[in-house]
Amino acid sequence: MTTEALAPPKAVAARRHAASELTRSRVRSAMIFLLPMLIALAIVAGWPLLRTIYFSLTDTSLTNLYGGKFVGFKNYLGWTTLKSGRTIFSGLLVDPVWWNAVGNTVRFAVVSVALETVIGMIVALVLNAEFKGRGIVRAAILVPWAIPTIVSAKMWAWMLNDQFGIINDMLMRLGLISTKIAWTASADTAMTAVLIVDIWKTTPFMALLILAGLQMVPKDVYEAARIDGVHPIKVFFRVTLPLVRPALMVAVIFRLLDAMRIFDLVYVLTPNSSATETMSVVSRENLFDFDKFAYGSAQSTLLFLIIAVMTGIYIWLGNVRFDGGDR
Amino acid sequence: MAQIVLKNIRKSFGAVEVIRGVDLEIRSGEFMVFVGPSGCGKSTLLRLMAGLEDISSGDMMFDGERVNALAPSKRGIAMVFQSYALYPHMTVYENMAFGMQLAKSDADAVKTRVEAAADMLQITPYLKRLPKQLSGGQRQRVAIGRAIVRDPRVFLFDEPLSNLDAALRVATRLEIAKLHHAMNTATMVYVTHDQVEAMTLADRICVLRDGLVEQVGTPLELYENPQSLFVAGFIGSPKMNFLTGAHAARYRAETIGIRPEHLVLGTGDEAWTGTVVHSENLGSDTFVYIDIGAEEPLNMREDGTTRHKPGDTLSVKPLEGRVHRFDTAGKPIAG
Repeated sequence: MTTEALAPPKAVAARRHAASELTRSRVRSAMIFLLPMLIALAIVAGWPLLRTIYFSLTDTSLTNLYGGKFVGFKNYLGWTTLKSGRTIFSGLLVDPVWWNAVGNTVRFAVVSVALETVIGMIVALVLNAEFKGRGIVRAAILVPWAIPTIVSAKMWAWMLNDQFGIINDMLMRLGLISTKIAWTASADTAMTAVLIVDIWKTTPFMALLILAGLQMVPKDVYEAARIDGVHPIKVFFRVTLPLVRPALMVAVIFRLLDAMRIFDLVYVLTPNSSATETMSVVSRENLFDFDKFAYGSAQSTLLFLIIAVMTGIYIWLGNVRFDGGDR
Repeated sequence: MAQIVLKNIRKSFGAVEVIRGVDLEIRSGEFMVFVGPSGCGKSTLLRLMAGLEDISSGDMMFDGERVNALAPSKRGIAMVFQSYALYPHMTVYENMAFGMQLAKSDADAVKTRVEAAADMLQITPYLKRLPKQLSGGQRQRVAIGRAIVRDPRVFLFDEPLSNLDAALRVATRLEIAKLHHAMNTATMVYVTHDQVEAMTLADRICVLRDGLVEQVGTPLELYENPQSLFVAGFIGSPKMNFLTGAHAARYRAETIGIRPEHLVLGTGDEAWTGTVVHSENLGSDTFVYIDIGAEEPLNMREDGTTRHKPGDTLSVKPLEGRVHRFDTAGKPIAG
């Protein structure tokens, strides 16, 4: 009895010691494996970010990158009080061009990601069904996504061309429009044009991510639903959707991050259009075209903050829905 | 409560015919077990009954009504899957209530039915849990509970115990046997590859082989009067000893079969003598493998623990009237 009573604590203590030793060596090797990536990230992401934030607090210009003086938050918000007593605000936070760009970007991101999610889900459901030639269709659907954005933007720019574009021609012949539309040049349609191209281009990516999620759903659950007599539409909303939600959340966050910093498509398809210019486009203009390097840096910084906050909110909301409640 | 009649049921997947003309009658309230080696079509046959697969030809009758074209949910069946097939994102309660809720049943009625089923299977404490928080045995009981809540005419079980460990398998087997007694009006069809499950649960067993019915009968009928070599070898554990050639010729048969439990130590005209190859001691009984010069060693069962060392010489003989004789076609020879 006595030996039994005494022995376990010793054994447990020894085991615990051994385990912690093992854990320590695991943590050590994990750190060693992580280090190269952390260093690379610090060099290519961390340092430029810090530089940009620093530049945004100075009056640096493109011609004199190292001669900038610290000016505080003047690039973001500054004011001068006139003799008449009127205060004039200046800086990013009161810049209508900037807020127009923010509006464009958010509108673009929300509409494109929403449509891509819905269409992507439909495409994924189709691709998840069993039919002949599924492999080929799966590969073919990736083509728009595989084409470089500049190429597809140029391609669509020609197709959407007001004089010679095939789309105007087709719509005219079908009698759907009476006069040719300047899709990319007109302020009314420029955003639509950008959205069309982006949705065409990125839906395949969305579809594939959702398809991966769909394939994780066990087949027998659908059979159980058939025996339970669940209507296919209800099966989708009550069974499929909840089960692919984790994959869907990840896909949406990827696309949202991407959409918020859209640059190349807008830059090529609709240059210099205030109806479509996004945060990235505006900040690039300031950085390099208008010789307002510090101001452009401030815009870049704000863009970063907006995306970071949005992502944070999204993850937070997502987590609440994952763990909250019984489901 | 339903009588199920299968008339010349066939099922092909592409060019492969998996079920090749099955005629079978399952009586109302009966516990019928489909048993056979993997690939014999037993699960496919069950899925044809469920309506999860389309019948290629033949008639499937439930209580005289042809159900070939009827959707699974309209057939009055409930199915328990090998992999449980619970909805992972729903609690135990929601899993069990889902079908009824969608049928717009009265909430109180749903609650009563679910609670009664949970009570029967002793899963009431887990009603608020998710399937992932349950053990395999508990999950399978939830799946059975979901089937009970549907109040079906026919319960279909597709290898429900195969994913459980040995101890749980025995315990859950008992649950299913109790369920059958408690719900003696419901017809149950049960698929397994484990002949022990078949023997212990079934009112009648249907042995399938290569998409055809090999023999249908009560467990004892199959054990005592197997209608083919295949059934003789498949039913019974450990499996029946088969002897051919000169050993069988003495009984005027192509092949003879003797179960290990029908061999005893002894000498005489009928005895075989050989050396012990190996002996398995299970405590309650011992299985001795004896090499008598046949293709495979004879397996003999003895009560309790006995100690025969490899190399010992033993003489064994079959019990009177316990030798099964088969002709060249593998069919039993009468008498």
